[in-house]
Amino acid sequence: MESLTFRHTTQKALPGTKREAIIGVVASGNLEVLLERVLAPDACEIAIETAINGYGDVWEAVVADFVARAQPGGLRISVNDGGARPDTVSLRLLQGVRLMED
Amino acid sequence: MAVTSASADPTRLSWYEASARQRVAAFLDADTFQEFVGPAERAMSPHLPLFELPRAFDDGIVVGRGRLDGRPVLVAAQEGRFMGGAFGEVHGAKLVGLLRAAGAVTPAAVLILFDTGGVRLQEANAGETAIAEAMRAIAEVRAAGIPVIGLIGGRAGAYGGGGLIAGTCARLAVSEGGRISVSGPEVIETNKGAEEFDSRDRALVWRTMGGKHRRLTGGADAYVADTVAAFRQAALALIDRAPAFDLATLEAEQARLEARLARFGACRDGAEIWVRLGVNDPDAVPAMTDAAFAETVAGVPEASHDAR
Amino acid sequence: MPAKMPLDAILAALFPAGHAVTVAEGLITGEGPFGDGRLVVVGIDGDTALGVEGALMLSRAVLDAVKAGESSGSRAPILVAVDSDSQRMSRRDELLGLNECLAHLAKALLLADHLGHPTVGLIYGHSAAGAFIATALATRVLAALPGADPSVMDLPSVARVTKLPLEKLEAMAASTPVFAPGLDNMVATGAVHVVLDPGQPLDAQLRALIADLPPGDIRDRLGRERGGRPVAQVIAERVVSQARGT
Repeated sequence: MESLTFRHTTQKALPGTKREAIIGVVASGNLEVLLERVLAPDACEIAIETAINGYGDVWEAVVADFVARAQPGGLRISVNDGGARPDTVSLRLLQGVRLMED
Repeated sequence: MAVTSASADPTRLSWYEASARQRVAAFLDADTFQEFVGPAERAMSPHLPLFELPRAFDDGIVVGRGRLDGRPVLVAAQEGRFMGGAFGEVHGAKLVGLLRAAGAVTPAAVLILFDTGGVRLQEANAGETAIAEAMRAIAEVRAAGIPVIGLIGGRAGAYGGGGLIAGTCARLAVSEGGRISVSGPEVIETNKGAEEFDSRDRALVWRTMGGKHRRLTGGADAYVADTVAAFRQAALALIDRAPAFDLATLEAEQARLEARLARFGACRDGAEIWVRLGVNDPDAVPAMTDAAFAETVAGVPEASHDAR
Repeated sequence: MPAKMPLDAILAALFPAGHAVTVAEGLITGEGPFGDGRLVVVGIDGDTALGVEGALMLSRAVLDAVKAGESSGSRAPILVAVDSDSQRMSRRDELLGLNECLAHLAKALLLADHLGHPTVGLIYGHSAAGAFIATALATRVLAALPGADPSVMDLPSVARVTKLPLEKLEAMAASTPVFAPGLDNMVATGAVHVVLDPGQPLDAQLRALIADLPPGDIRDRLGRERGGRPVAQVIAERVVSQARGT
């Protein structure tokens, strides 16, 4: 197991008022994403627990790309990863953000 | 035809394909679900990290309250894709807590959406003990006059201790994909050999422990299509005809199960049992449409009873 | 590990004045004089696997005791003595609804308890999985004798399923009661309430247990106090308190 945490500053807050959402399931090749609107409007923190060690660089890139695209200001995002591929990770993060925008 | 897209009518979701959270949300009246010890509380397994295994924020079970056709219910839903929906310490404690709460909040029913392979081996002693606690709690809830209804149609089925908990419920609804059993096919094959049970023979698995076999033999009280809407309808119907938990019910169950062993004890296959139950064309059962199967069940007196 | 106490010796110690408890094909049924009344005994001996017939034979005996209690008003304590294998693993048992038969046996014991029969489990040998859940674990209080060996699954099988090396599992088992087989670990999780002393009279120890039955299911509290199930009680209580809130 490996724990990774990334902190980003966003240009804006994520729209919407939803306090909390969860999407996905921890399974082989899949992951769950818990989103909580608990941070300052221009802050985003992403904490990852992953079953597969040694992919910190990939996670860093996927997360940076996601933050740039989604501007998830205000969110603390927690990930339990069962060994998902980067495209699955991106998809779940974006799905999660969409739930929070409702 | 069942659909899986989240944008479509949620009640037409495939039960088998849906996640525990999707099932609960679509099963209950819209927007009535309130979760207890939800994911943000991070009540995760304290044991899985020892095994270098990932955890889930809900430990693979969602519990809470909601409304079903306006009536207040408590509901638990296992997530079969996380660790096979197996009972670990936290997972089991959430179900036990929900059942114990029923005595205090007196809902119209407690609904258990099973999806489990049984005990989580990494937490085997905790899981096994929690199953025993859950069965005791179900007995108490039922004795207080509150129906406990099990719904079985997930990918992990209701195996091991999950099968025993299911057998403790007042009523069960099952779909074709739902399997109810103690030892799973792989467990039997591993312990007794492929001659005893070839676990890759899926047709054999369905004939031995699948939804249609359980419904025909009275092991389940309703057989439903693989949609959330069908399970919802079945649950609503079952709540109002749950048997009491008393000596008369258990005497009736004793007689029912003894009669089953006497009549079918020599049968080697589900199809043989179906013939003895009066099913004219047992070979047609596995491929039967839901409507045709409902008609077949209606002709089998043993299938419907209050002895559970 | 201490030697397993044989059933004959247990029965002789429980019933100094004799008894009518018999064993047939590994299934224990019968009763004997106990205090001012009698003690009903059901159970499994000789590491026997519990299948559909066995489960229904035991449930019949339990329901007979319940029926007798309902008509006489004198609700005899029921002892569930267990030295069993796991559930019988066969296609036939599953075909015939083993889950219903095992659950039925557990329900019979739970109903007896509900109607006022003290129910006490006694594990004196092995037991595992479905057979354990349907019998000794369905009682109000579960006692053990030294030499008992309850388990959910043996470590080689756990190794196979978890794909972890056996040596590593053995090392983990030494410090982690939550998954390892054995009596000490089931005591730590709270499933086994108490280990009896075979050097002292068993009948008196059983009478003391019955006189002091816990008011409800205290297994998760014991598990927390003993460290084998550190969080179960807290989680269950949190669910209850949130359910009771508005």
